Amino acid sequence: MEKVEEEKGNLAGVQHIILVLSGKGGVGKSTISTELALALRHAGKKVGILDVDLCGPSIPRMLNVQDRDVHQCDNGWVPVFVDKDKSIALMSIGFLLEKPDDAVVWRGPKKNALIKQFITDVTWGELDFLIVDTPPGTSDEHISTVESLRPFKPLGAVVVTTPQAVAVGDVRRELTFCKKTGLRVLGVVENMSGFVCPHCSECTNLFSKGGGQELAKHAGVPFLGCVPLDPQLTQSLEEGRDFLQEFPKSLAFSALADIAQHLLAEASICSS
Amino acid sequence: MAEGSGPALDARPHDCPGTGSDEAGKADACQGCPNQGLCSSGQLAGPDPALEEIKEKMKTVKHKLLVLSGKGGVGKSTFTALLAHGLAEDETTQIAVLDADICGPSMPKIMGLEGEQVHQSGSGWSPVYVEENLGVMSVGFLLSSPDDAVIWRGPKKNGMIKQFLRDVDWGEIDYLIVDTPPGTSDEHLSVVQFLSSARIDGAVIITTPQEVALQDVRKEINFCHKVKLPVIGVVENMSGFVCPKCKKESQIFPPTTGGAEMMCRTLNVPLLGKVPLDPQIGRSCDIGHSFLSEAPNSPATLSYRNIIQRIQDYCNQNSPQEEKTI
Ligand SMILES: Nc1ncnc2c1ncn2[C@@H]1O[C@H](COP(=O)(O)OP(=O)(O)O)[C@@H](O)[C@H]1O
Ligand SMILES: [Mg+2]
Ligand SMILES: [Zn+2]
Repeated sequence: MEKVEEEKGNLAGVQHIILVLSGKGGVGKSTISTELALALRHAGKKVGILDVDLCGPSIPRMLNVQDRDVHQCDNGWVPVFVDKDKSIALMSIGFLLEKPDDAVVWRGPKKNALIKQFITDVTWGELDFLIVDTPPGTSDEHISTVESLRPFKPLGAVVVTTPQAVAVGDVRRELTFCKKTGLRVLGVVENMSGFVCPHCSECTNLFSKGGGQELAKHAGVPFLGCVPLDPQLTQSLEEGRDFLQEFPKSLAFSALADIAQHLLAEASICSS
Repeated sequence: MAEGSGPALDARPHDCPGTGSDEAGKADACQGCPNQGLCSSGQLAGPDPALEEIKEKMKTVKHKLLVLSGKGGVGKSTFTALLAHGLAEDETTQIAVLDADICGPSMPKIMGLEGEQVHQSGSGWSPVYVEENLGVMSVGFLLSSPDDAVIWRGPKKNGMIKQFLRDVDWGEIDYLIVDTPPGTSDEHLSVVQFLSSARIDGAVIITTPQEVALQDVRKEINFCHKVKLPVIGVVENMSGFVCPKCKKESQIFPPTTGGAEMMCRTLNVPLLGKVPLDPQIGRSCDIGHSFLSEAPNSPATLSYRNIIQRIQDYCNQNSPQEEKTI
């Protein structure tokens, strides 16, 4: 059994691994990944983020570290630390590109090879949570990520959707992916549900409403809540600022905080 | 040469020379690629015979357009559908839509064709028709339930795309519009490679105004340059939202770096237009109706029509030359 510990290598100090998935792109996976990491940090946890979206890495910018570089040490890659306390560590292909606009035009096998390296070769150190942000779909990146993480028993997946039926359709397929690959679904988040007009406070459901909840019910998995569309959140992410710290009164804040609480509770059940 | 610099950082992205190249498996970029052995063995050399067959098939297709975006959820499929509907309003124009989003096919839903199946005819698969002059092909028509996930790695997706281009009985077509998944990977390379001998008119690139989307779109434009795919132009979607109550406009996705306009100027590509966010667009798509005919006078419809016209003009100027016989 000692061997198992050894084989865990760079992930040996990581307590809980959470994947953020969605069949659809642009629904806010990276946003939810980033905000959950920040929320968990506010709860005093050490968090790592692994960005396996190789063609569209967004997290470096969302955390305002897009100009940083990863370094190598004897045991692998040293992730980029977002703050002085080293409470959030990030690994992304964004750090490996010579120019930020470089397109990563890779077919599957090459992506798979890099993902395997990302999972074994990053020196995370001690982490309470490792959040894995993924690209849309159910293909190479997802299969490789789930397969390579399996020995480390991930806590499960947070599945993000937007409310409209077209997105929900893709996310249904993502849930099937979880079932087929034996990945537990921690719950469904409905993002961008409702936009509050900054002029008159009227709430409009830009992308309709309720799709996430319905989906969760249909699939028999927990519903983790609705995160409203908040231009202040977009703005914060564009500038790589900490939304949760700046807008503690917003509706989006309370929704994100609730989701983080749910994950903390799941994690503590799992550790005890 | 970065020789001897330790293994890990060799994962820096490089250009794949392509399996048909003399460099296949031997270039710098091939180091560490799992396909290296296969490529350098020479077994893959020589063009795929499917290329010739696809070229033959595409002889009856006048214009081929790709709809691309680096980012997901920006409205590619919505745009594809409305472009198809818009062009198909002229009954003499024959339109085909190919949904190359193998893992997330949304065309069946957006076109109101959910639950339909493709039929096998003597000359191949026949597309599913929305109208007599508007046919659609999607992996969605091959699945038995909306929960079915297509958990496929690259080579299988590429095989499917090849089949779609080679084995579908498209008939005489004026416009073939290909909807793609987000990113710059297997599906995109395959569509471009399979259609390379058949000439693609160009790509329309969809984005939303915020930098997080634009940074992916710049990559997509670089991809187009790399594979020598002409960029017809960029469409900025969801630029501004008019509150139904107070009628004032807000920016849902603020253009913090100047939006698509600034990007297009910097990269010297045309901006085809901006489409505001109208909640009715999403509702129409969810039930598979054409927003253009449901809200003929809305600002979004007017903007879409303008853009469609510009694409048509581009294609007409860019009509195929007479086939040269050598
Ligand atoms: N609840 C929200 N309110 C406002 N903007 C949001 C919200 N969720 C996501 N966004 C914005 O939507 C865009 C797409 O989100 P992103 O997280 O990059 O999606 P994905 O990772 O699924 O492709 C980003 O610009 C992000 O800032
Ligand atoms: Mg993302
Ligand atoms: Zn208002």
